[in-house]
Amino acid sequence: MTTRAARRWRQGAWITLLLAPALIILAGFVTLPLLAALRYAFYAFDGLAPAGFVGTANFETILFEAPYAAWTMRALGHNAIVFVSLMLFQNGLAYLVAFALLKTLPGHRLHQVIVFLPVVLSAVIVGFLWKLMLHPLFGVINAALALLGIAPHPWLGDENTALGAIILTNAWHWLGFPALIFLAGMQRIGAETLEAARLDGAGDWVLLRHIIWPLVAPATTIVFTLTFIGSFNWFELPYVMAGLTGSPGGATDVLGLYAYRLAFGSATAGLQDFGRGSAMAVLMFLFLAMVSAVALKFLRRREMEL
Amino acid sequence: MGKPLRHPVMPERLKNSAIQILLVINAVIMLFPLGLMVLSSFKSNAEIFDSPFALPATLDFSNLLRVWQDTEFLQYLGNSMIITGASVMAILVTGTLAAYALARYRFRFSNAIFLFFLAGLMVPLKLAVIPLFIELDTLGLLDTRLGLVLVYVAMGLPSAVFILTGFLRSLPGELEESARIEGASEARILWQIMLPLARPALVIAAIQNAVPIWNDFFFPLIFITTDSRKTLPQGLTVFMGEYNTDWGVLFAGLTLAALPITLVYIVLSRHFIAGMTAGAVK
Repeated sequence: MTTRAARRWRQGAWITLLLAPALIILAGFVTLPLLAALRYAFYAFDGLAPAGFVGTANFETILFEAPYAAWTMRALGHNAIVFVSLMLFQNGLAYLVAFALLKTLPGHRLHQVIVFLPVVLSAVIVGFLWKLMLHPLFGVINAALALLGIAPHPWLGDENTALGAIILTNAWHWLGFPALIFLAGMQRIGAETLEAARLDGAGDWVLLRHIIWPLVAPATTIVFTLTFIGSFNWFELPYVMAGLTGSPGGATDVLGLYAYRLAFGSATAGLQDFGRGSAMAVLMFLFLAMVSAVALKFLRRREMEL
Repeated sequence: MGKPLRHPVMPERLKNSAIQILLVINAVIMLFPLGLMVLSSFKSNAEIFDSPFALPATLDFSNLLRVWQDTEFLQYLGNSMIITGASVMAILVTGTLAAYALARYRFRFSNAIFLFFLAGLMVPLKLAVIPLFIELDTLGLLDTRLGLVLVYVAMGLPSAVFILTGFLRSLPGELEESARIEGASEARILWQIMLPLARPALVIAAIQNAVPIWNDFFFPLIFITTDSRKTLPQGLTVFMGEYNTDWGVLFAGLTLAALPITLVYIVLSRHFIAGMTAGAVK
């Protein structure tokens, strides 16, 4: 018969065995790299190896020295535009689509499947497809506009329209995601609540604005947070549609592209410099963490109040 | 005297028709680019430019065949399947083991360990790409599929552990207890009793991880440089550069790249939607 101590030891060993693989991988490929990024941000680099502590010099370069400071602020500004546009346009539309789907009209399941279809595709496929569609000479968008008598336009080649065109592509790609999150939120409200409001004479607008909107507040919080993180980590779609330098002339440059150029080098951001790249990553992480924390606190309180 | 209604009530049927029409318009906007992509892959350049909206004149498979035969498409496809498959398998195996320990045993530090996994959920791993690059280089895993898989497993583990722990906690303890009394080993209880019960959560965790890994472009872009190891999205960027004047072939490449996941999605759409919005919908 085994003693109690032996049994306890065996259980301890079993639990360790269960946890070890996941913990080792997570520590080795998430925790360690993150801590390393923090350290590298304070170092000058010689190729792939840290070559000396430089204090906050990397941060100062990115934030205050010409021309880096201007590039950083321009990219940050573009990210902010992307975030606000996606919140208003993509997620606003998604909210309406969700409400339309809530009605469970004939075919609503099929509509759900269709609106979610682009979401499962790679941003690379979506980006190239829309780049072809937006082509100034042979693209189908200009061909369609010609039928309406509108002159062709180089949507991705014009500084004033390039960022907007990529934001629109993103909205097409992701619309289904917030839509189905909102829909799930609306479905949790329960038919009785909605029916009671209807019997009280509430029209669709009153329902959407005063009954559903407060009750889907948790879904709104999630959509806000995911859109925020997604907008400030935006990389693949602008990379595919506008290239690493955010053409034309940096009009579509965002922090993701800029951080990549800082780290791995390019004609417009100097040679490969892992120190500056790490400093940029640390700044982005702090920015995301702080804004998310403040926004979450605010949004959670809003959920309670509404 | 009743108060007049502020909003004139439109007849329900009329309103529903209006909403239905809007939904159909939305569906057309969603499907049109994809339909155009598929149809254009059967067209010649001249057809694409002269009659962009028309159906292809003939069902010409030569563009698709060229992608299939003259490019590395199959190689990229194979790499994506191996990398996604291996990553998801490893996430499910290691994630289930960890989640099982956290959900079904009481031990010291279990809360701290759970929080450690949770913290991984908050971190966009893209921001740690430089140290990952150096680490993989040190380990000799830069430009290998194994290196990419390890990064994906680390990226996917937090959410998998979160989903599986929550699910395993919700399972009743009686089955497990009676098996234990009958003398079944802990490993057997996990394998034969808990695992079959956890299938719904495993499906969700699998899809939640498989789709972003399959579609990922960022990590291959940075870690993989040898052409024969590139993934499908990464290979697509090579291909789009090489054939940039041959639009029929470009559309054919996009169509073939989109085809595998679209087919799986059509069959498993309900699981896809549940899996990809899991965590966001609670």
